Order: sequence, then C-alpha cells, then structure tokens
Amino acid sequence: MAPFTPGFLGRDRSADTTLPPGQYLTHDFPVLSAGPTPRIPLDRWEFTVMTEAGVVRRWSWAELLALPSETPTVDLHCVTKWSKLSTDWEGVSLDTLLGDVDTAADYALVRSYGGYTTNLPLEDLLDGKAWIAYRYDGEELPSEHGGPARLLIPHLYLWKSAKWVRGIELLIEDEPGFWESLGYHNYGDPWREQRYQGD
Amino acid sequence: MTDYLDGNVLAGPLREVFGVDLTTAGTRCVGCGQAAHVAELRVFTDAPGIVARCSGCDNVIMRLVRTPDAAWLDLRGTTALRVPLG
Amino acid sequence: MDTRTETASARTLVLDVPGWPGHLAGQHVDVRLTAADGYTAQRSYSIASPADGDHLELLVQLVPGGEVSPYLVEGFSIGDAVEIRGPIGGWFVWNPATSGEPVLLVGGGSGIAPLMAMVRARRAAASRTPFRLVYSVRAPDQVIYADELVRQSADGLDVTLVHTRLAPPGSTRPAGRIGVEDLGRPTGSAPDCFVCGPTGFVESVADMLVGLGHDPARIRTERFGPSGG
Repeated sequence: MAPFTPGFLGRDRSADTTLPPGQYLTHDFPVLSAGPTPRIPLDRWEFTVMTEAGVVRRWSWAELLALPSETPTVDLHCVTKWSKLSTDWEGVSLDTLLGDVDTAADYALVRSYGGYTTNLPLEDLLDGKAWIAYRYDGEELPSEHGGPARLLIPHLYLWKSAKWVRGIELLIEDEPGFWESLGYHNYGDPWREQRYQGD
Repeated sequence: MTDYLDGNVLAGPLREVFGVDLTTAGTRCVGCGQAAHVAELRVFTDAPGIVARCSGCDNVIMRLVRTPDAAWLDLRGTTALRVPLG
Repeated sequence: MDTRTETASARTLVLDVPGWPGHLAGQHVDVRLTAADGYTAQRSYSIASPADGDHLELLVQLVPGGEVSPYLVEGFSIGDAVEIRGPIGGWFVWNPATSGEPVLLVGGGSGIAPLMAMVRARRAAASRTPFRLVYSVRAPDQVIYADELVRQSADGLDVTLVHTRLAPPGSTRPAGRIGVEDLGRPTGSAPDCFVCGPTGFVESVADMLVGLGHDPARIRTERFGPSGG
C-alpha cells in the first residue's frame, strides 16, 4: 500500500449500520451511464418478454400504463459505493408481467435500449422484488435515470436495475451481462458486498 | 447529463496494464469500420468501469474495469489495435 | 511542494519530483491520495509547466464540495508528500523538436493548463513556431496566467481572449460564447489545432474548426468532465 497522505480523509465513510458494507450515504441522485442516453419515442417504445422457447410477449407504452401499478419506497445501493435511502417509485411488478408466461427458465437476461445488458436469476425478479418503473419521486422518470422505464431491483446493486429497459429474455443457461462479463460479480448482493468476481 | 470525455483519459489506466502509452494506437470499429486513435474515442467514465465508444456509431470499442486485484479489458469492438513502435 | 493562487478558484501546485523522467507539453499526471485507513482517491491534473528537471507545476481547479481538489488547494502543507504517476498521455502533446507547423490553441476555463505548457515549452525552446491562443473565460477575473500571457504576447504569441459572460470595460467584443469569428479561417500554412476544455466547449469548437476548413486529422482534443473534484 502507498504511504498515506497526511491529513487526507476522503469522503465520509463513517460506519453506518443501516448501509451495506463499504457504502456511503448520498442525498443527491448521481447519474451513471456507460453510453449516450437513448431517446425512445413513446409511440415506438415496447417492452418484451421472450421465453426460452422463443415465445414473445409485447407491451406497448399504453399497455404498460394500463396495468396495475405499485408504489415501492426502496433503498438504492450503487457498486460505486453510494447509497440513497427511501426513494419513491411507481411501476408494474414483474409478477404482473411474468405471471402467465410459460417457462422452465432459471435465468433472465435484461436488455436495454442502447445495448446494455444485465443478468440475474429469474426468481430474483419475482415475489414482489422487482418492477418496471416509470415514475420517480412523483414525476415521469427522467431519461438520465432510465426513462421512459427502467428495471428496479433494489435488493441487488444498482447496475442490475437496467435503465431504458427494453425486454427480458428467459434462459435455461445463465448468460453474463455487460458488467458481469467484465469482472463484476454475477449476482451482486450489496449486503454481502458482492462487487467483483470472487467476492 | 451524460457527458463523455475522450480517450486521453484511458492513458493512465492502459499504461498501468501495458506499461506504454496506448492513446496513439489505432482502432477500427467492428460496427461501422471507422478508424480512430484511442485518444479520439468517446469515453464514459461515470460508470462501474470505463467504456470507450466509436464517435461515428456509438458502438463499444473498448471496456476496462479495475478491480482491487486485476484489470479486465474487453477489446472486441475494434478489429485490431495498431500500436506504433519506434 | 508549494502553491500559487491564479484566480479565486484556481491554484498552481508547484512540485519537486525527484527522478522525474521529463514530459512533453500537454501530458498529465494522476495524483493519488491515500487516507490512513487505506481509502484512496485519484484524479488527473494537467501539467502546466514545460520539462524542467524535477520541477512540475499542476493546475488545480477548486471543485466546491469535491473530495480531492479542496484538499490539494487548502489541506496540503508545504513539504507534504503526494503520490504522483506520470507523465501520462502521448496524443494531446506538442513537441518543439519535431513539430514545425503553426499551432492554434483553443482553451476553455481551466482547459488552459496543457495549452499553457505548450506556450511555455515554445518559449523554453526559443521556438519561432507561430502560436495563436484563443482562450475562453467567463469573466476577466477568471483569466488564469493573465500576466504571463500579456508578457508572452510580445514574444510572437497571438492571444485572443473570449469573455462569455462579462467582457472587460472598453472591450470591442460583447460577452458571448466563442464563435467562428473568434477562431478564424486557416490562412497560409494551416495550423495544428489543440482544443481543451469541458466536453460541450470542445465539441462546439471542434465542429467550428472543421466548418472553417481545418483538417479534422489535425485537430486534437482533450475533454475534461465534472469528475468528483
């Protein structure tokens, strides 16, 4: 390790047991992005679910909004170490979207407009743990935070909550996504500090 | 705002891996064929890793993640990397 | 280790780096700070000085609420050690030994730093290469290296100041964003262009230069972003 720099403290890392290990609290909402912000006209937007058999279900923007919505208040934990608590969202539960989909898949690969992907076990999308969110803090979801709609899966690091979500592929075999294929942990549980492969 | 930088910011991270400056190296986008030096790529750094994209078609040319004990580098977006020598 | 105040928010860090291998004008260094518990933060800073033995000058723009720049500007004491990696970058550089073409430098805000290294390297090499600097600042009190630029303009350096928000009294150019009339068409021997500043500034200047007929292959850019300071 390098010799330490006299007097340098860095940002506040006070041990706060309400946060996962290694996280610090922030009150703003940092914008992370691996590419340009996609602009998707709502009349062309669609969300799809494709099963391992190739069967595709589609929802237009109007169809998504017509589904019953929920208003979860959740904590966000980004792998870049900031956490933001008690954020208010509105969206459609994945239980609603996946409820009558016929599948034997164990895994899901989430795809976004702009090409981003992330993977997770299918069971993590179910039982009230994940939403397709389209409103944040009482407003339409801004594009820099993933609007028109993003996946919201707060029990995993935020890179799993794919912005600009476009669809979900249900897979028999797991397929690593954008960051999972480049050193980041395949599952990403913030409470077990699963940041990188091998954590 | 999702500002991007240019490939000059890759100089330090790539030098840490290869020990030489690679920002003058040439790339060619597998998406659209555009040639560019590493320094000319559009680089997004406000992310879990560094993502360098083609300025012509936004295709990902190069990705770099620095974990505590390794550097992960994905170069599949360029058909080749031409490194000037001597 | 010493500091010099340039403007209300910009400081020059003067460093003595034993064994410094030398550098080219335009290169940067990575500065790494390590807290007592092992926490580290790293930022890149442009070298503003020409190669001169172990002597190194970095320009640090204070980012209020930032993690590194307030420490470097205010928390650092003369004589403290800091971890430096570099020199870094081989693209956005000007080398008086190998380049004889005229040079057009366009800087926005603290993007002046690597361009200043080129201006100073030109003088240090007693080069007669024609240099033109177009330097965009918000207001007169934001001009970094103001006195030195005035002195150098007597030395064959053509300096154009562009004020975007507040022009000095008596200025013939009203305050406003940099435009094609500030940059000028390439005449005679076309220059190598170096553009440094925030992303939006670099984007619009590079587009204007291409529109004015400059060869895109001779426009080199360095964008810097609102990193965590």
